[in-house]
Amino acid sequence: MSLVKLLEKYRSRIIDEWFQIIIATYPPEAKKLFSNLKDSFNNPVGSTAIKSMTEVFDLLLKDGDSPDTLKKSLDPLVRIRAVQEFTPSQALHFIVELKRVVRDSLERELKEAGGSLQEEVGAFESQIDTLLLIGFDIYMGCREQIYSYKANHVKERTLNLLKKANVLCEVPDVGTEIIPHNVYKNGGFDNTKTSNKGD
Amino acid sequence: MNVQYMSALIAVVVLGFLAYIGTEFLGLNSLFGIFIPYLAVCFFLVGAILKVMKWAKSPVPFRIPTTCGQQKSLDWIEQNKIDNPSTTPGVIARMFFEVLLFRSLFRNTKAGIKEGKITYEWEIFLWVGALAFHYSFLTVLVRHMRFFLEPVPGLIGIVETLDGFFQVGTPGVLLSGVVLLGAVLFLLSRRLLIPQVRYISLMADYFPLFLIIGIAGTGIYMRYFARVDVVAIKQLAMSLVTLHPAIPQNVTVSGILYVHLFLVSVLFAYFPLSKLMHMGGVFLSPTRNLANNSRMERHINPWNPDLKFHTYEAYENDFREKMIEAGLPVEKEA
Amino acid sequence: MTIPREEMLKIDNTPPRKSWMEVPPDFSKGKFCYPSQIKALEYLKMPNPREWSPTDEDWKLPPNWQEIIHKGFKERLDKYRSLKVFMDVCVRCGACADKCHFFIGTGDPKNMPVLRAELLRSIYRNDFTLAGKILGKLAGARKLTTDVIKEWFSYFYQCTECRRCSVFCPYGIDTAEITMMARELLHLLGISIHWIMDPVSNCTRTGNHLGIQPQNFKEIIEFFCDDIEEITGKRIEPSFNRKGAEILFVTPSGDAFADPGTYSFMGYLMLFEAIGLDYTLSTYASEGGNFGLFTSSDMMKKLNAKMYHEAKRLGVKYIIGGECGHMWRVINQYMDTMNGPADFLEVPKSPITGTVFENAKSTKMVHIAEFTADLIKHNKLKLDPSRNDHLKVTFHDSCNPSRAMGLLEEPRYVIKNVCNHFYDMPANTIRENTFCCGSGSGLNTEEIMELRLRGGLPRANAVKHVHETFGVNMLACVCAIDRAVLPPLMNYWVPGVSVTGLHELVGNALILDGEIERTLNLRMEDLPGAEGEGNDDDE
Repeated sequence: MSLVKLLEKYRSRIIDEWFQIIIATYPPEAKKLFSNLKDSFNNPVGSTAIKSMTEVFDLLLKDGDSPDTLKKSLDPLVRIRAVQEFTPSQALHFIVELKRVVRDSLERELKEAGGSLQEEVGAFESQIDTLLLIGFDIYMGCREQIYSYKANHVKERTLNLLKKANVLCEVPDVGTEIIPHNVYKNGGFDNTKTSNKGD
Repeated sequence: MNVQYMSALIAVVVLGFLAYIGTEFLGLNSLFGIFIPYLAVCFFLVGAILKVMKWAKSPVPFRIPTTCGQQKSLDWIEQNKIDNPSTTPGVIARMFFEVLLFRSLFRNTKAGIKEGKITYEWEIFLWVGALAFHYSFLTVLVRHMRFFLEPVPGLIGIVETLDGFFQVGTPGVLLSGVVLLGAVLFLLSRRLLIPQVRYISLMADYFPLFLIIGIAGTGIYMRYFARVDVVAIKQLAMSLVTLHPAIPQNVTVSGILYVHLFLVSVLFAYFPLSKLMHMGGVFLSPTRNLANNSRMERHINPWNPDLKFHTYEAYENDFREKMIEAGLPVEKEA
Repeated sequence: MTIPREEMLKIDNTPPRKSWMEVPPDFSKGKFCYPSQIKALEYLKMPNPREWSPTDEDWKLPPNWQEIIHKGFKERLDKYRSLKVFMDVCVRCGACADKCHFFIGTGDPKNMPVLRAELLRSIYRNDFTLAGKILGKLAGARKLTTDVIKEWFSYFYQCTECRRCSVFCPYGIDTAEITMMARELLHLLGISIHWIMDPVSNCTRTGNHLGIQPQNFKEIIEFFCDDIEEITGKRIEPSFNRKGAEILFVTPSGDAFADPGTYSFMGYLMLFEAIGLDYTLSTYASEGGNFGLFTSSDMMKKLNAKMYHEAKRLGVKYIIGGECGHMWRVINQYMDTMNGPADFLEVPKSPITGTVFENAKSTKMVHIAEFTADLIKHNKLKLDPSRNDHLKVTFHDSCNPSRAMGLLEEPRYVIKNVCNHFYDMPANTIRENTFCCGSGSGLNTEEIMELRLRGGLPRANAVKHVHETFGVNMLACVCAIDRAVLPPLMNYWVPGVSVTGLHELVGNALILDGEIERTLNLRMEDLPGAEGEGNDDDE
């Protein structure tokens, strides 16, 4: 039996074990909530994880999967991990763990096959390495996004301080032209506006 | 192993032994059969009343109902008169559902997606368990009135008939006791098995559960297995209510009865000191027992403080020149 | 080198788990709000102004801080039945546990509402109950140490006072109430956050959170009028601080300076113009929001007092309030009690439809959504909902209007009349079950951005569902904090969904008498297919 066939055969078991690895990275008190897949709206973490992992796993089995589709499937999960209290390695380690889960699940079969599956396993594992690199891209993208929210915020506050200190208003005619568009209205940014002291 | 539930369990077991040894071997029947029950009932009544009075002593400064439905606003918008009441009858209805049917617990719906469609299911077990527990407890309590009333009122007979509906075995199995024990065990296992609930549970949560398990267990044991002398028990009970307490002399009353009675006494005495007072507290909860009508009628805060705020005058003094310059009207020209 | 797998994965399987009392709070960077500045506390005459940081070992508490907390606690138990009852009746059933958006997003057990309350209850038991004094930890009591204070600071500033848990509690225990008390106690020691105290001190002096001075406030509104003129060809001249106007209009200052709230402000102005309302704006009462609610009941009262004070000075008949979440909690549940009776005002009656707002007959304050829904119902507005045809709209119920008021149908009615495509999110994420934006109660500050994104995940997840299912691309709301914090939340979790206030949608659909043919929406963007011409040759 080829490796792909074996992986298909044990698909649900592998995905479940892989999912359990994600769950185990959270406090045990959250286990019940995060494992409850009946309620996706009350459990975005667990439901996103299982959806992402299932899609990613299926893509890995398919030939000729493009990095783009993998990225699309992996993104929602990494996006969540990127805002939770993990170091980057903790956030992405679950990807590496897929290798172990696969080897554990197929332990008997791999032994029986002797060395004949070696090459396929190697190829599959290097796909997981690619997946890890993709995960790294997504993670960094997320973090940059978060930092940009913070940076915009600081910029905006500085502008407001300038205005409060009457610095902006000291340019008589131009001042009023600048204020609406750079301070009050768009804050000098495009549509990725960040938090404001509202309400 | 967890110190919270182990200490609760040990406490209940020790209490049970105390009563058993005290009555079977030390002859302290009057202590456990008369003195302690009286004391416990007094403690319960005085304690519960004091507690409620203590709560009631603090005012309700603001009207803070949690609104769970459409408010009363325009005539053509249908108000949810129960979940967002604006009148007293609405509040009574809301409290009725809350107190008798545990409406808020019932809200635990879960939504998920199955085959692309949103589906809802009831996360119903806590609600069912809580209902089963409280109502079977009530039934058991009503049934026990048989021991304290002579003649036995017809109502108790009716309750018993309903309770023994399934007519299994002799003496007929009364559903309430079994359900009570089952429900308590369910509530206990929830606490022990669900990590998040175990994490928040205190000895004070386990103790009453073990206590009630002890009470229900001894009760069931006496009724179905030991077949204790009911006449003697009634004699004791009647002597207690008629305030002529006497330990029945001619007949032997099992030590188990004293264990049962003692655990009940402990429960009574413990009640006002503990979370069991939620029974009274639910009536006083300001997020439930108030109408959402504070825009229609002024709610009075008895301690409403008189505070200095930044008045318009102070504001104008601060900004007068700028206001004049900007063409804003002012009270006082500069 | 081998790193244990458990460590890499952050798996915690140490049996048995330590009791929560033994887990200290985490004050590494990004996990706390910045403390308030000395000058803000001094201006507000609040206790213990000093330079300090949550990362410091020593928080420079006053020497008798334990006594201060004990006395403060006792005082509040005597003043609030809610606190007393909520301290006693919790049975720790756990029904609230998975209702908190922060627990759902983080899995941190101390974010379960029951445990958040236990942080306070443990001290209550120690100080005020017999069982706690005798049994100590077995009764769930613990001594008040500086670690407890630090834990309070950490977790009571991870609660947005959204009240979702109180919907599900069989005793109606309201964590918002508990958080408010805990924050009041912390204030007694001089522990507070910059993002709340700065707006509070600004609001005290200038009348609004940002510290916009009167002349600037007027200027901003006039810029809006310039834009409206460009879009509609009509010049609107709103009045400021005008005595004798029939109505005073108060809205959160966020609407005056932060997108997309600004577009809603334009929408209000256009609406009032369309119906010829006799109203005025105030530069003194230029803030509907009230960060005092997140500080203390006294501060809330002082800030809120300005509305009635100004209404009385100007001699208006009643007040209309703009779209804001916690502003309406204050108006609906506190205002009349604190600052009433408003006997100098009249029962609100719409001058256009003649509808008497009986539900506001004592506060004399009407919500703009109620006012507009009534206008639409009576056919008093000329509307062209097709101008919003490029939008597929869903509605986010803000916590306070839904759970502290019940304003559910009015905004939906308005949206359905000004937009042709409206889709609600799943039922357990809206109305009284609505999920918080994750940044309410003064937590909309950037240093805890990750926390806010985690807390907003359940909300975003439901938006994502309607985005993927129905193609929803616009999230409407009636809250200024929402308008400020949902854009980054959407940008991160559900790109492709923008955020709007209710009256921006109204402003876009509204047909003013004698207006020019519109080619721009209020955001100065081309209206898609605006009667054809001009846009075709773009391709």
